[in-house]
Amino acid sequence: MKQILSFILNGSPVDVIVTPTETLLDVLREKLGVTGPKRGCDDGDCGTCTVLLDGEPVRSCLTIALTVAGREVLTVEGLSTDGDLHPLQKAFHEHGAFQCGFCTPGMLMSAKALLDHNPTPSRTEIREYMSGNLCRCGSYEEIIEAIQVVAAGEYAPSGGKE
Amino acid sequence: MKKKGVGMACVLHPTGNKGAGDPSNAAIQLKPDGTLVLLVGAVDLGQGSTTILRQFAADLMEVPIEHVFASNFADDFAPLSLGSFASRVTLIDPHAVENAAEDLKKKIREYASDLLEAHPDDLEYKEGKVFVKGAPDRSMTLAEVGGASMFGGGADPALLVGTGAWQPARFHPHDPETGAMPAVGAISFGACVAEVEVDTETGMVDVTKLTQVWEVGKAVNPLLVRQQINGGLHPGLGTTLTENSYPYYPNPDWAPENFSDYALPTFLDYPEETLWGIEEVPHPAGVKGAKGFSEGSTNGPPPAIMAAIHDAIGIWIDEYPATPEVILRALEAKEASG
Repeated sequence: MKQILSFILNGSPVDVIVTPTETLLDVLREKLGVTGPKRGCDDGDCGTCTVLLDGEPVRSCLTIALTVAGREVLTVEGLSTDGDLHPLQKAFHEHGAFQCGFCTPGMLMSAKALLDHNPTPSRTEIREYMSGNLCRCGSYEEIIEAIQVVAAGEYAPSGGKE
Repeated sequence: MKKKGVGMACVLHPTGNKGAGDPSNAAIQLKPDGTLVLLVGAVDLGQGSTTILRQFAADLMEVPIEHVFASNFADDFAPLSLGSFASRVTLIDPHAVENAAEDLKKKIREYASDLLEAHPDDLEYKEGKVFVKGAPDRSMTLAEVGGASMFGGGADPALLVGTGAWQPARFHPHDPETGAMPAVGAISFGACVAEVEVDTETGMVDVTKLTQVWEVGKAVNPLLVRQQINGGLHPGLGTTLTENSYPYYPNPDWAPENFSDYALPTFLDYPEETLWGIEEVPHPAGVKGAKGFSEGSTNGPPPAIMAAIHDAIGIWIDEYPATPEVILRALEAKEASG
């Protein structure tokens, strides 16, 4: 039976008609046109559909859409502010932390969650936290480096590198 | 018990074909605002081929790279390239771009000759401008030439497009005496050193440190070269330790169906220490000495890791991937044979 789902998407309230079996990824991509989260394995293995739900990373392909009612969902579309890229986006760009880019939306959201919880992670902590996100182009080294430079404050809004 | 080992491998990687011909074409169009559109058939899958071909076009036309537009979605109607494979694009497509740039400069000189009232041979192209030799104040910018060719202004309208094509010297029959045949356009050279820890109780192999160095002719874009070295490690590592399409071959019914069964390396599988290096020895067949190498970076890690496993436990594993099951069976067989 169809229901109206109301939640906060990237800071703005949205209402959308969904069925009980639709996943959050279905609703974001097919009904709301938010295509940042990618449909990779659709099985919870690859992590490219990762979004933040009330600040915690979740697989949107494994999340039943109706469970996000009233909650806050952040996708890669919500990372930049006023057209200014998020420090992680700048660092990924400048440190070559992707090739084809298909895993990047999920990598960015997982990396944001990591730094929100642990602003100065060690290399080992980065590897462990990010290990649920796969990258077939093999950009792991560059992604680790990008996260490290953001953690070191290189792209901080106040006086950091533009 | 964890046993440590070190292994190394060297790779000769052929880039570009020769035997059957390996052509690429390119076109550069001058727009009315003086910017350039580069049309190439090589498809960029993320490896950066469009980026480096834009770099070549910008260098050859002596304009900022921001003035060169190239698109990956133009490949349906772009001039043909044999394709983005065989590590061939960096070796071959820049020649086509170079020829297209020379052709466009010639057409710009010819078109501007009426407007500058000078013979094309007396005109020179430099840094985005065409001018009369010895009288540099009699000049036109690319925008002025492009605008005039589109909207007139004393000259006939024209579409200024430079075209170029190139392929390595064609097939030579092999030498009947020695069997020698120049089968490839160029060869790139790589070396890989792997350090592993083998857990003899679980059969797990942990690659703790891996170093790859590649000789690439000319690193047209060092960041992209680095990405290709570390990126090739991904399938290299997976092939060696985890990825198996048919673990119960020849029965295809139990083929993996998801990334839990077909295990791609994760952040944790990448070596704790991953090092890379770039060497440059300009190749005579490449524009500015450039040649490809990328796929070779997948080929170094498997033999290096297998050699390291041999160093650790004294057994040459002769099947890929060296899963814990394979390692444990090999250890058991060694023990049984005394």
